[in-house]
Amino acid sequence: MKADIVIVGGGPAGLAAAIAAAKEDSNLNILILERDRELGGILNQCIHNGFGLHTFNEELTGPEYAARFEEQLDGLGIRYMLDTMVLDVASSVVTAVNSKEGVFTVDCGAVVLCMGCRERPRGALNIPGLRPAGVFTAGTAQRLVNIEGFMPGKEVVILGSGDIGLIMARRMTLEGAKVKAVCELMPYSGGLKRNIVQCLDDFDIPLLLSHTVIDIKGKERVTSVVIAEVDEKSKPVPGTEQEIACDTLLLSCGLIPENELSRSAGVKINPATNGPVVNESFETSIPGVFACGNVLHVHDLVDYVSEESGRAGRSAARFVKANKAEEGPVINIKNGNGVRYTVPSFVRLNELEDDLVIRFRSGNVYKDSYINVLFDGETKLHRRKQIITPGEMEQVILKKEELSGAPSEILIEITEN
Amino acid sequence: MDNSFDVIIIGAGVTGCAVARELSRFDCSVLVIEKDEDVCCGTSKANSGIVHAGYDAKPGTLKAKMNIRGNELMPGLCQELDIPFKQIGSLVVCTDEANREGIDDLYARGITNEVPGMKILSAGEVKAIEPNISDDVVCALFAPTAGVICPFRLNIALAECAAQNGVEFKFDTKVTGIRSSGGVWEVDTGDAVYIARAVINAAGCHADDIHNLVSDKKLHITPRRGDYMLLDRSLDGFVKHVIFPQPTKMGKGILVTPTVHGNTIVGPTAVDIESKDEAPVTAEGLVKVQEGAVKNVKGLQLKQVITGFSGLRAHEDGGEFILEEADGCPGFFDCVGIESPGLTACPAIGEYMASLVSEKLALKQKDTWNGICKDVVKPVELPSEEREKLIKEYPEYGRIICRCETITEGEIIDAIRRPLGAKSLDGVKRRTRAGMGRCQGGFCSPRVMDILSRELGVALDSITKSGGNSKIVTGRTKDEG
Repeated sequence: MKADIVIVGGGPAGLAAAIAAAKEDSNLNILILERDRELGGILNQCIHNGFGLHTFNEELTGPEYAARFEEQLDGLGIRYMLDTMVLDVASSVVTAVNSKEGVFTVDCGAVVLCMGCRERPRGALNIPGLRPAGVFTAGTAQRLVNIEGFMPGKEVVILGSGDIGLIMARRMTLEGAKVKAVCELMPYSGGLKRNIVQCLDDFDIPLLLSHTVIDIKGKERVTSVVIAEVDEKSKPVPGTEQEIACDTLLLSCGLIPENELSRSAGVKINPATNGPVVNESFETSIPGVFACGNVLHVHDLVDYVSEESGRAGRSAARFVKANKAEEGPVINIKNGNGVRYTVPSFVRLNELEDDLVIRFRSGNVYKDSYINVLFDGETKLHRRKQIITPGEMEQVILKKEELSGAPSEILIEITEN
Repeated sequence: MDNSFDVIIIGAGVTGCAVARELSRFDCSVLVIEKDEDVCCGTSKANSGIVHAGYDAKPGTLKAKMNIRGNELMPGLCQELDIPFKQIGSLVVCTDEANREGIDDLYARGITNEVPGMKILSAGEVKAIEPNISDDVVCALFAPTAGVICPFRLNIALAECAAQNGVEFKFDTKVTGIRSSGGVWEVDTGDAVYIARAVINAAGCHADDIHNLVSDKKLHITPRRGDYMLLDRSLDGFVKHVIFPQPTKMGKGILVTPTVHGNTIVGPTAVDIESKDEAPVTAEGLVKVQEGAVKNVKGLQLKQVITGFSGLRAHEDGGEFILEEADGCPGFFDCVGIESPGLTACPAIGEYMASLVSEKLALKQKDTWNGICKDVVKPVELPSEEREKLIKEYPEYGRIICRCETITEGEIIDAIRRPLGAKSLDGVKRRTRAGMGRCQGGFCSPRVMDILSRELGVALDSITKSGGNSKIVTGRTKDEG
């Protein structure tokens, strides 16, 4: 099989990348390989609204948001294969398997990695206790409720305040379950403020910051969990234990970009994001291999995934045509005080579209602070923010002409004044 | 069903199933009674998965004899039963000059036990074959016949083979009483009484309770809990051998080893506990595992943990395997105190017990016996033309359900349909590895539930994690209800 661009994954990132690439060059032969039975990825199980505010200026549900993209595919001549698992990625050949073709290869000019992320499971959290039924990651529970139509349980404790956990607190409540508490190990929430308000506060669900689960009880099905307060080193404080009767424990303790294919392809991974190191074009360390969406870094808003993936798709299209980058200045983007990572990691000025969007996350909570952008040590931007938290992605946008002086380094930092 | 059998085996762990397979060579009727929903639900499912070389056990003991014989039988058995097994060798590492003698003693013990091929390696020699070994290494005992095995497949394959040779299995059935009556044994399971000429007690941690139902010479088992951590396959190759510290009276200590599937496993702890049915992982246990692991290897990324679990060893007070006809109970045979090296020893225990029982009952070998049993076909392990052919004929072998371990729908269907097939998520997991990878079933469990529901013809909300009341979901949502 042959294609100009193979897109690995047909979720929001893959759909946006494919569409943007096709719009960039209508002659390109674009193929999406999707491992699930339908396109749209995790959006299919996100039946709540709040998607699309930035992209379409309206509030859509997840499936509606996905449909806006899916309905463009046919018109643009984009092909896709469902129930198809990619087994191996190299810069010019992708190997996959499905029940129709068996194991097959696609020779291609460029690859866009859009595999998304997975949830951190119980085992990776080292939660002590028994191993009964009734312990789910929030996303698995969401699939059971919203796609399969089954309830994972009736009395629920949630560990972790990631967005999916918050959304599921509301969803389970609406379905008649009792959500007894959301425990968060950190002294701040891992999710968006709006989700805390709309999903917990509105339903009187307590959010217990600096709390964790220290025991899971029940031989066959969960019968209770024991929670405790933690100190500043995240260690449980003796004497604060509290047993909560429940039949279900949901986990929303972080998302891990699914980069097993990227790693075996030899793509360089940023340990701060667990995603590929990319440049302004969302190209990885392997020329012609691009990455976008949650496989690159975990996003809060799908709108940003679409926007970023559009850039990746257009870049892939340009790569297929030109097959090499123009020579020119390279600007490194550095993490300053309080900044855990930035995407992209560096910029080739001549390859940049009209503007440069630098997305990043803080490592802590900052109140009444400033985001600074420094070009070679010189402050170019000094912007006040009321609150900066690790749970909300930040961004700065720089116009291409602002970069015309071609600084060798851009530093992003958070300061108190 | 006729309730009379020549032999009843209590317990479908590796010991019970190994004995069942060996007895199935003889012209006799055999019933295996298991309290859980599946084979491999107790000690057999939660252990290190090690085939030991045999230098640990005290010379002359049954533990030593069965270990050596089991180790000898294992490669052939794994061939016959299609069990993943890698004879990677083990290292007992000495990290303190003061304890060097302990390695010499272990070597001497191994020589007495007739362990083949052992060598004491210098620090340099150890580093050459195991680059991530601790810098404190002084020397190590190398035993080439040690290896790693899939304990699930070992147990399941022994049972499947026994079943294909006529052994019957009864699950979810707990023995509540045993009586001797007119030269036969009556085994009471609450709702039925089964009759047998001989009973074999292979009840793991409960084997003392079963024994004490019939014998005045009481036995006592202490469940000894061991916590483990299983690390991601991305660390494959980090260690190349089974790496042990020097043993103590509580056991062989916290080992670090690759599993036969390329994960890295560390553990176990050894804590004597009360409950024979519940083995909770503890925070202290996990800390001990981590501390133990880093003593012998350097730079192990314990953050790559994908799951923690704990298992129970059936430690009898005498510290020895009890493999005999119980005193004053003709026809009642014990396999009691089968702790480490029980997994290694099981083929030998099977052979030994079958010879005791067949002699007692004057059993004759069958004319036809099929000792070969193939595992679930794994497309990923097939040469590409064969994989192509398989998918063309059975498209479900091209549909990946478990992304992390690349397990297809075809494999899951096979695991459910084969004799003694899977009935639960854990049953599927142990037969196929679906759900054993780094996402721990986050993505595939709803799909495996769908397949189980379809194949077994039961409602999705009756699917369990591991039988009994371990239901995954509690009912329908409002819209669907």
